[in-house]
Amino acid sequence: MTEPTIYELSSPGRVGVRFPESDVPRYDPPADLLRSDLPFPELAEIDVIRHFTHLSAKNYSIDKGFYPLGSCTMKYNPKINEVTAGLPGFAFSHPLQPVETVQGNLYLMYQLQEFLKEISGFDAVSLQPAAGAQGEFTGVKIINAYHKSRGDEKRTRVIIPDSAHGTNPATTSMIGLEVVHLPSDKRGNVDLAALKEICDDTIAGLMLTNPNTLGLFDENVCEVIEIVHAAGGLVYGDGANLNALLGITRPGDLGFDVMHFNLHKTFSTPHGGGGPGSGPVAVTAALADFLPAPIVGIVEEASDDVPPLYGFLDPPQSIGRVKTFFGQFGMLVRAYTYIRMHGPDGLRKVSEYAVLNANYLLSKVKGKYTLPYDRICMHEFVVEGVWPDLPDVHALDIAKRLMDYDFHPPTNYFPLIVHEALMIEPTETENKQTLDAFADALLKIADEARNEPELLKNAPHNTPVSRLDEVKAAKELVLCCWLPEKE
Amino acid sequence: MFIPHTDQEKEAMLSSIGVKRLEDLFTAVPEKHRFPKLELPDGLTEMEVLDELKDYSSANETAGDLVCFLGAGAYRHYIPAAVNALISRGEFSTAYTPYQPEISQGTLQAIFEFQTLVANLTGMDVSNASHYDGATASAEAGVMAYHNFRGKRSKIILSPAINPQYKEVMCSYLCGYENVELITGGKDPFENPEMLPEEIDDNTALVVVQYPDFFGRIHDFTNLAKKVHESGALFTVIANPTALGLLKTPGAMGADIVVGEGQPLGIPLSFGGPYLGFLATKNELVRKISGRLVGETVDNQGRRGFVLTLTAREQHIRREKATSNICTNQGLMALTATVYMSLLGKSGMKHVANLCYQKAHYAAAVIGKIPGFKVLDEHPFFHEFVVKCPTDVEHLNHHLLDAGFLGGFDLGKVDPRLKDHMLVAVTEVITKEEIDDFAVALKEAAHD
Repeated sequence: MTEPTIYELSSPGRVGVRFPESDVPRYDPPADLLRSDLPFPELAEIDVIRHFTHLSAKNYSIDKGFYPLGSCTMKYNPKINEVTAGLPGFAFSHPLQPVETVQGNLYLMYQLQEFLKEISGFDAVSLQPAAGAQGEFTGVKIINAYHKSRGDEKRTRVIIPDSAHGTNPATTSMIGLEVVHLPSDKRGNVDLAALKEICDDTIAGLMLTNPNTLGLFDENVCEVIEIVHAAGGLVYGDGANLNALLGITRPGDLGFDVMHFNLHKTFSTPHGGGGPGSGPVAVTAALADFLPAPIVGIVEEASDDVPPLYGFLDPPQSIGRVKTFFGQFGMLVRAYTYIRMHGPDGLRKVSEYAVLNANYLLSKVKGKYTLPYDRICMHEFVVEGVWPDLPDVHALDIAKRLMDYDFHPPTNYFPLIVHEALMIEPTETENKQTLDAFADALLKIADEARNEPELLKNAPHNTPVSRLDEVKAAKELVLCCWLPEKE
Repeated sequence: MFIPHTDQEKEAMLSSIGVKRLEDLFTAVPEKHRFPKLELPDGLTEMEVLDELKDYSSANETAGDLVCFLGAGAYRHYIPAAVNALISRGEFSTAYTPYQPEISQGTLQAIFEFQTLVANLTGMDVSNASHYDGATASAEAGVMAYHNFRGKRSKIILSPAINPQYKEVMCSYLCGYENVELITGGKDPFENPEMLPEEIDDNTALVVVQYPDFFGRIHDFTNLAKKVHESGALFTVIANPTALGLLKTPGAMGADIVVGEGQPLGIPLSFGGPYLGFLATKNELVRKISGRLVGETVDNQGRRGFVLTLTAREQHIRREKATSNICTNQGLMALTATVYMSLLGKSGMKHVANLCYQKAHYAAAVIGKIPGFKVLDEHPFFHEFVVKCPTDVEHLNHHLLDAGFLGGFDLGKVDPRLKDHMLVAVTEVITKEEIDDFAVALKEAAHD
């Protein structure tokens, strides 16, 4: 059923929430600075509750079912995270309070910096970036600033593998650097010969996602990094796929120079329908002075029975601030809670079972779907959503048909180097029964594609709306609700 | 806990894969770097972790316990209970970016409503789905202007009275663009931002002002907007959404882009984040906008539905030619603001804005009567104002804290010329009695 918009539900004179009347003498704002009208809806509280509850029922979510969206790590989001982030001492703290009054926050942030350093094998961390893309932006800016600080002005090019997320090249452009494309080899690794050819003294660095977006751990990762280092470049690690590596290996140990974390993927903070994320950045000691300011540190050492005083420090050659205040603090509390509950053994188990689940699912479907790189995968894998003898059935149709089986589809048409890609990331929080049911659905759909292709072409059939006209949306461009008073 | 496998299930799965042990799945990882021992504290149960986090939380003394006169970009407002009840629903919070519209209509329609509310609040035509915060939204306005002139106009002029953190973020974002020159100066920090900046010329892409400005003052920028347009540049207003419940819109003044921090719209202070950046513009500039946009359409049975639209601007399609690298934004915070604005509605938004205005003016009047304190009120202001104090602000705030108050922002920390100047914010949650007590405490602090 179509849910009216809040404007269509509006009834003039209704009030959703009352506020007290003013208890101070009256002051008249300057008349020429008042707005003439505020075209806002008028609703009672129950109207608002019902409206958004109806809308919520039209969403698929992790709480509802399996969400194997590749590269997004849609793991279960523990409910305790919401409780801890909402504790009044956190929720009511103003970012500009004197540091003496927020030692609880600062201690938590300091500890989280330490945890992330240990997990990733780096020497310094900034919690400031707001999301993965901003973490990338911060990391590449740091690389750029590092070269410039050495008077090395020629390094204006960044190497990006063809399997990379779109944010990598977009970030590089935003920083005013040039993108150099790097192909993958037949096993899905970086093409070493091509890399050697590209590397020269104009290379600022390489942005590498490892495991890459094919779900494959680059078998030559150390050599790749050595080649870039030998040419004087630095290596950026895109942490989107860190869920495969907790306690398995540390990017810092492998030789990466910078990386970002996606706390909303690896460390279970909810994705919120598209954010907030959180994208802390970790660097080696050589790059620590370039981190965005401020970072949390000890400003007065402990003495006798007085604990240390935590405060903010400005790295001397900082690239500057990338957002207001200190990061997505509420997300930091959630990630801290998650890491603290898992400990070292629990974190390793997360990655082991994420990889187990992906390989198990792969083992169930690989007979019926073409696997472009037949190797043990990490936390996700990519199959082709198309069959050579069925040219009319596409990955999109498989994705849409999965909704009829009550699953969220995998990421589709990405990575770009796989024809009609379906990128599947089950995460460690799914049980065997769910994986079996999903595999069964994929196998059944493969049969349907052959026997009843119309079922796929017209899918989904059981959702609140069926396939939507995206061309009309872009052409007519209706971006706001219809307003009754403007009729 | 969060990994449901039994040992038997694990064994069955390993056997289906054709390996013996979990370790066998990681042979691609270089052996000498495989399975490092992480030096982290051992895991805790839920009960234990809650105790630990409660300890940290209660180690803070916050705007929840203290009476808060601190603003400067983050404001304590009342958040109706219905807001949290709705945004806590897992159907919203545990979904992701609505890539599959058939099963994401809840998120999509909510964003569509958010876009409408923001457009109407700011007096603009269209809004996007959100940015990380007010500062990054401001930076994206600079990026939009740069692209609008295809890099041919390279000067971006910021009014002196813009939040200094916003200036820093805008510089971090914009300084990478070829030839971009960011002018953030101003000889006098209190220079009237209604005046046309003397640096403006035909190489200027954008002029940015704040409304209310960083010092809380409100200005009619209509004339400035006109003059900026005469030089061919675009005009951006960074606006406080609470103020727009009452005050003339930037759209009515002629702004091309309106951005701002949406935190006051039902989002907790939470030590600075997650907050909400918003960005609204005119129809003519919609294709230059960064970030996600939701548009209305129909499904193949003619039913109304919503989709992400104009995606060809975005990084996952255009890669290095995208208008921005933004991907994940602040979805749940945009929903929060949507619920808050829906609950308050036409009359509530205006009432809250008016309460802020009234109480701030009462506070200014009371503080202005304390000997040695001077309120800088030559310009009209909204809910924040500058007080010239007889002594160091940090010293005053220390005493205020003992008396149960979170004092105003020490402007000397961001501009040495503003030593002894306190920026005081007053919102609807403050009572007359608290203002009177604050003034008494301020007077006593000055004499200590």
